[in-house]
Amino acid sequence: MSYIIVDGISKTFKVTKRNSGLKSALKSFFKREYVLIDAVKNISFEIEKGEIVGYIGPNGAGKSTTIKMLSGILLPTAGNIKVNGMNPFADRRKYVSNIGVVFGQRSQLAWDIPAEDTFDLLKDIYKLSDEKYEKNKSELVNLLDIGEIIKKPVRSLSLGQRMRCEIAASLLHDPKILFLDEPTIGLDAKSKKIVRDFILKINKERKVTVILTTHDMMDIDKLAKRIILIGKGQILYDGSLEKLKTKYGSYKKITINTKENISDIKLKGIISKEKIDNGYSFVIDSNIITISKFINYLSNRYSINDMDIDNEGIDDVILKLYQDYEI
Amino acid sequence: MKAYFNYFKLRVITNLQYRAAALAGISTQFFFGITYIMLYLALYESNTSANVPMDLQSLVTYLWLQQSFFALIYPFLKDQDLLKMIKNGNLAYELIRPQSFYFKFYIKMISERLVAASLRCLPIIIVGLLLPSPYKLGLPASVESFLLFIVSLSLSCLLVSALSMIIHIITLFTIDSRGIISGYSVIAEVFMGAVIPLPFFPNFLIKIGNYLPFRFIGDFPYRVYSGSISVIEGRNLLFGSISWLIIAIIVGYLISKVALKKAVIQGG
Repeated sequence: MSYIIVDGISKTFKVTKRNSGLKSALKSFFKREYVLIDAVKNISFEIEKGEIVGYIGPNGAGKSTTIKMLSGILLPTAGNIKVNGMNPFADRRKYVSNIGVVFGQRSQLAWDIPAEDTFDLLKDIYKLSDEKYEKNKSELVNLLDIGEIIKKPVRSLSLGQRMRCEIAASLLHDPKILFLDEPTIGLDAKSKKIVRDFILKINKERKVTVILTTHDMMDIDKLAKRIILIGKGQILYDGSLEKLKTKYGSYKKITINTKENISDIKLKGIISKEKIDNGYSFVIDSNIITISKFINYLSNRYSINDMDIDNEGIDDVILKLYQDYEI
Repeated sequence: MKAYFNYFKLRVITNLQYRAAALAGISTQFFFGITYIMLYLALYESNTSANVPMDLQSLVTYLWLQQSFFALIYPFLKDQDLLKMIKNGNLAYELIRPQSFYFKFYIKMISERLVAASLRCLPIIIVGLLLPSPYKLGLPASVESFLLFIVSLSLSCLLVSALSMIIHIITLFTIDSRGIISGYSVIAEVFMGAVIPLPFFPNFLIKIGNYLPFRFIGDFPYRVYSGSISVIEGRNLLFGSISWLIIAIIVGYLISKVALKKAVIQGG
């Protein structure tokens, strides 16, 4: 049996709706109009222990809602969730001692006091023994490089510093599952790298199951072997990232640096050709024409100073996916 | 339990930082105490014919106690943290802690009242005791009255906090707290005798008040102290106080269960 079983869950919200302006404000004072919004529609998936799963989709697709249902905060309107045999909402108090959650756009740290004080409070909330707490804390502090940072008042920290503290705070109690809702939102390259390396490490060493939502495709590329793509509340793709890349990633971008004029090329599989500053930029479909064949063809006819071959980034892959599914 | 106690500790530390607020509170309470007493003195002096429902000394004592323990039992206390969390969705982080949502905030609320009151009550009581008659805060009617006063006042604090919890939890449905808290506060203040002591009410209002929990907050403890409520009557009233407390906690707890099922976390 899988570690996390999500079986046909839906979540419907009732939302008040009104147009802007005084007139409609007045109207809605007397009569409210409601619309029902299906944030998540009949979603099912299973996740094994120790997996890292990237949960992706455009804004408003229902990612955060799913995470909240998985972490026992929201009750699904329909369907069942079983995590390690427990129902997150019904067994909330017991369940949440086994999970850690980071909401990238919220803070669990008290604003005016150093993060370490919040850690101390969490120690009592999770009833950690002194040894376990000290051991976990020093380990997390080392891995995330926040030894100095946790002594400063949280309000004086940069976003990246704070986020590292948030992640540490979510892991003090040694959770078996970690939910990360946009953990790298707004971070600089260095902080992102620290966070990513850290996630990989705790996944490997502590066997923590990680489910993360993100809009940063580098996160997915570096971390998740499996992705679940969700759009308009429904699952559109669930499978390996590699498979997705081979399906959509056969396009290669080849940049040629040359002084010569390259006229039309009579080869199949060339998707686009564009004149750039000191040469040309091509996009080819490597399923139709191999890279070597293409290069051979060019180098036989023109003198090439330099060239560059790029995979189309995962961002493009995802955008294509969104297009295909019209979300 | 230790974690819950920590909220109390945190509250003490925070409140000690706000000395100015405590001083301002004390002076406001003095001002109101003196003003009310002068008002009633004028009333009592001009009115010689009709029989008054409370003797002057009991009334003055009542007013001083009301001012001393204002912070302990005033009904319109708002837990800004909780209300803010509901509005901006940070409630999400509260719900991933292995704690009872209801009791955590209930204890926080009681702590806030205890700490605020303990910083403010002593100066007012001491000055009140030292003032000359008729402005004087009187001594309790008897040892038993005093004990009943202590017990009933403690129950008041628990009861008013439990009622506040119900109001705060309803905010989970309404998202904004202003309407509901103001509405509730007006009714609570009137029927706990914070505006005019209950014995001055016309009969029909007293009857309504008897069906509400608010008379056990404020009215009961302050009047049992001065003997305006007898010891025997006071003992009987304790049952009412305890029953209302149990009802309020159960209702609040149950609403919190329903509310969390329907909760929407604001702001994605």
